[in-house]
Amino acid sequence: MRLTKISAMAFAALIAGAGVATADESAELSIEGKTIPTRAEAPAYLENIDEVISGWVYRSDETQTLQADDFDNPAFVFVDTGADLFAEADGSAGKSCKDCHENVEDFAGLTTTLPRVNEAGELETLTDLVNECRTERMGAEPWKYSGTQMTAVTALIGLQSRGMPVNVAVDGPAAPFWEKGKELYYTRVGQLDLACANCHEDNYGNMIRADRLSQGQINGFPTYRLKNAKLNSVHGRFKGCMTNVRATPYKEGSDEFEALELYVASRGNGLAIETPSVRN
Amino acid sequence: MKHALYGLVVIAATATVAMAAETAPTDVKFEDGAVGASLGPAGDAANGRKVFANRKLGNCLACHVNSDLAEQPFHGEVGPPLDGVADRWSEAELRGIVVNAKNLFEGTIMPAFYISEGYNRPLKDFAGTPVLTAQEVEDVVAYLMTLKEQ
Ligand code: HEC
Ligand code: HEC
Ligand code: HEC
Repeated sequence: MRLTKISAMAFAALIAGAGVATADESAELSIEGKTIPTRAEAPAYLENIDEVISGWVYRSDETQTLQADDFDNPAFVFVDTGADLFAEADGSAGKSCKDCHENVEDFAGLTTTLPRVNEAGELETLTDLVNECRTERMGAEPWKYSGTQMTAVTALIGLQSRGMPVNVAVDGPAAPFWEKGKELYYTRVGQLDLACANCHEDNYGNMIRADRLSQGQINGFPTYRLKNAKLNSVHGRFKGCMTNVRATPYKEGSDEFEALELYVASRGNGLAIETPSVRN
Repeated sequence: MKHALYGLVVIAATATVAMAAETAPTDVKFEDGAVGASLGPAGDAANGRKVFANRKLGNCLACHVNSDLAEQPFHGEVGPPLDGVADRWSEAELRGIVVNAKNLFEGTIMPAFYISEGYNRPLKDFAGTPVLTAQEVEDVVAYLMTLKEQ
């Protein structure tokens, strides 16, 4: 068994060029003794793929290991900051999140359903919900979309759903947003003229220079990246991928990125929430 | 000061000469996905090898394995290995593939390296420009022509 794994890895390294850290794609993710499924049957509306797969599967053994233990996972430093912020009074009402949301555990399940359409017919993300409480209920300034405070608190809230399957609504009032997100996903952009689908649907599992392409799932966000040693937001990642193909990215928090977030989340329906995940 | 100015004038003059001899991206003529005529400048295979590997220029290694560049660590596997590619394609076909591979491989992920329009939302700094210059395209084509196995 051991031998087969080594020779398979050596072969992968050979075809991919020297010195590539190979991922063990058959590894299982278990955190604090709890198994977290990293694959699920694809929802019917995904015409071109049969299985949805967590980005964790494609990372190197070292990166995979970091996420498998909360003590080693560097994201937890930020989750702790999130817990402090959650209990800290701010704004003209002199209130903290905790004053109204006594147990952060009560948010369990919330992020499996986000983004979602509210009663006013607007698409809302977790970031929108948090900032709505800050501006409408606390009399505080909104937090910056990808700022330290926002990513810390959204990681804390997301963690409460870890292990629960993603289940965003794609029909009913969500349908027009979902369609718009789908169109963005398949539209080629930038000087390199590439769509999300070219890399994350047609080529997941393949090396693109030094990186192994995943399906570009967002079930682990916010994500701690070794590259910048901080938590990264969903829209921050979208922005990075667009810039890499030399496209002008949409703005974080824009209607376009929110619609894309809904569509990308729906491509992971059935996968378990892994917040906060670790990536390179 | 005088020297610096003089240098500038010379560079500007050579640039104009080079420009005049080059086919603009919008004027390239394709026939069955191939481009028979050189874009102007004579290709330099040694420089083409550098352009091929350079992440900010060709970055061809992002998607292609190429044993001739074994000293470079990461080779991608999105496209086919390019070993012996000159045995499979003519110079005109290779030029066509580098200029705009979409003419030969419909819907391909491979970017067009010598087009200046037809893409959406380019970053401001790249708008209206091709990824590679005519010189760099010819250099890469000259380099690809050295990749023979037979
Ligand atoms: C003054 C009380 C108050 C404060 C302070 C407050 N919230 Fe809220 N929050 C609410 C109310 C009321 C709702 C709507 C509850 C509902 O619809 O079930 C809500 C909803 C939410 C939701 C959506 C929950 C859901 O299940 O739909 C999130 C997430 C949230 N708040 C996070 C925060 C965070 C983070 C803070 C601190 C930055 C905060 N809130 C501060 C009262 C407050
Ligand atoms: C040129 C190829 C390419 C394109 C096009 C591209 N990406 Fe990516 N993306 C990558 C690479 C490489 C990574 C890092 C490795 C991985 O997870 O695939 C990445 C990572 C991601 C991740 C993080 C996944 C995780 O598990 O943490 C998300 C989300 C993502 N991309 C979404 C998108 C979206 C949405 C688009 C379209 C706007 C897009 N990407 C376009 C190459 C691309
Ligand atoms: C984003 C990935 C990508 C990049 C970057 C890329 N290619 Fe390609 N290339 C491909 C794919 C995929 C094919 C196969 C054609 C197809 O069916 O789409 C291909 C095909 C080719 C072929 C034909 C190979 C054969 O044996 O049939 C040549 C030659 C080639 N590429 C050269 C280059 C050169 C030179 C560069 C850099 C200037 C480059 N490619 C950059 C993806 C890429």
